[in-house]
Amino acid sequence: MLQTQSLKYQYPSGKPLVFPDIHFPDEQPALILGESGCGKTTLLHLLAGLRTPTSGNVILGQTNLYSLTTSERDVFRGKNIGVVFQTAHFIPSLSVLENIMMSLYLNGKVQDENKAKDFLNLVNLFHKAFQPIGSLSVGEQQRIAIVRSIIHEPQWIFADEPTSALDNKNTDQVIHLFMEMTKTVNAQLIVVTHDNRWDNVIANKVQL
Amino acid sequence: MNLIKLALKNIKYQWLDTMLSVILLAFGLGTVSMLILVEKQTAEQFNKNIKDIDMVLGAKGSPLQLILANVYHVDAPTGNIKVGDARMVTENPTIERAIPLAYGDNFEQWRIVGTDQGYPDHYEMKLSQGQNFQSDYDACIGADVAKVTGLKLGDPFLSTHGLDQSENDEEHAHHHNYTVVGIYEPSGTVIDKLILTPVSTVWHAHEDQEVEKPAEPDTTLTVEKIVIKNNPPTIRKGPLMMLRPAKERVASPNDNKEVTAYLLKKRTPMAQMILPNLIKETNMQLALPAIEINRLSENFGLGMDTIKAIALVIIALSFISIFISLFNALRKRKKEIAIMRTMGATRIKVFCLIQLEGLLLVIIGGALAWGLSRIGLSILSQQLNNNFHYTFNIKDGSLEELYLFGAAILAGMIACWIPAYQAYKMDISKTLSNE
Repeated sequence: MLQTQSLKYQYPSGKPLVFPDIHFPDEQPALILGESGCGKTTLLHLLAGLRTPTSGNVILGQTNLYSLTTSERDVFRGKNIGVVFQTAHFIPSLSVLENIMMSLYLNGKVQDENKAKDFLNLVNLFHKAFQPIGSLSVGEQQRIAIVRSIIHEPQWIFADEPTSALDNKNTDQVIHLFMEMTKTVNAQLIVVTHDNRWDNVIANKVQL
Repeated sequence: MNLIKLALKNIKYQWLDTMLSVILLAFGLGTVSMLILVEKQTAEQFNKNIKDIDMVLGAKGSPLQLILANVYHVDAPTGNIKVGDARMVTENPTIERAIPLAYGDNFEQWRIVGTDQGYPDHYEMKLSQGQNFQSDYDACIGADVAKVTGLKLGDPFLSTHGLDQSENDEEHAHHHNYTVVGIYEPSGTVIDKLILTPVSTVWHAHEDQEVEKPAEPDTTLTVEKIVIKNNPPTIRKGPLMMLRPAKERVASPNDNKEVTAYLLKKRTPMAQMILPNLIKETNMQLALPAIEINRLSENFGLGMDTIKAIALVIIALSFISIFISLFNALRKRKKEIAIMRTMGATRIKVFCLIQLEGLLLVIIGGALAWGLSRIGLSILSQQLNNNFHYTFNIKDGSLEELYLFGAAILAGMIACWIPAYQAYKMDISKTLSNE
């Protein structure tokens, strides 16, 4: 369950962003749509506990995210939330497999290499497990970012414009992967996008 | 995966950025570490070889040279003195023990020193094989001599005149046949590098040269001879005796023989005040090893301090360099850090990661420094061995060295505190949004 209450954010310059209350009661995937500049990314950061709102609450399951201390929120985010950004960022010194394993390590989960390899198989990138992450294409990197956000089996996966930098073929692949993999780990997928290629896939929508 | 593995991978990934810092650190720390060991081992060698030698009596010249030549055997002697002249000092009641040293020959550059049993006894030498020297041309050899020359018990060898390799030619050959009668156990003292023989051996070995010279008139003991003629020799005791030259000595057949020096152990502190006056008008001098070595250490130390200061500046520069490289790396790695935070890394974990990277850089630099200092010491040791048969022990360590590496680790952690703190307080959202 994801719920927001009177969520506002004020940048130092510019008018305050006031977000509608959101309520996604079950594990169905949800889409937050909006044009560029309407505050979609800000909202995603607020939902994922990456940015503190000026006022309002974000409730994930039974937890009011902003009643937690910063370090408690870090731990909560690590264990329960996976985030995929428009541009995938990795630790360049590590291989593909190590970048995925890093997610398990940072969350104190068992570093099961076989599990990581199974997930790599699911995205057809097992053969690149030991390659430097920088050697992968943008589409491949986005698939690895999805695996990394899911491997530790979070309850919520937030994706910020995950397909806006991809062509149609890669977009189809990524959408399919998101839907399949979130089902596999029983996570709720919340996608923030202006990309209407998601419209036909997710019924649960909020327009900003 | 763990933080150490991640930090090592990050260092490896950006090795080009950090290499200069590590090299600077290794060079600076290595130099200081090497100097610490040189100072420590030099002091140990000096102290070990001084071992209760209060004064050295020898021919006039540089007192430091007298000490270096006769205590450490690293310099040419200042000249010879007559045994008869020296007796006014060696037999003075203020002197407890006088050990004669007579040398001028070598075997494959190892000095052959004529002395008495008091010399090896003074350094508490133990024989690993054979017996003490007793007759002329008996030789007891030090452990280093045995090791390098391969001389074994019973082996004969020929001496060569002079103390230096340039004199090891046919012209300088004596062809006096010595026999190894004893081999000492390693002691870490100067005797490891010497060939000991009775002092009479040296006199006999040089007799051939001396017979060609007209005998010098014995003028030095004229007064004594008169005394000896009229009065039987007496041994006077008591404080007043200490103030008088030993005029009433019995003439000895060796009085006209020469030695290079005497190592003296004083009986009372008064010796230092009385004896220099006794020999004021002679060709002899008394040198105090402790004072000369202190003087040498001061001069030596001045040079060492200058090199140390330069090395410390290099170390300081290396820490600035580590700080700059970590600071720059952090700017490049902002998104990487933000992603780690997004994945659940706490602020403390990120802070620790940056600190760990700095710490590992210092440890890598320290390990290289340790290796460099040993390589440097080994080169110095080789040089020293070639010239003086002294060596440095590259396996040796020192507490000061540990403090140095400890201080370097502390300074390294201070240098990367600012970049680590920046990572700690990073705003993830702003970083990921490029704000």
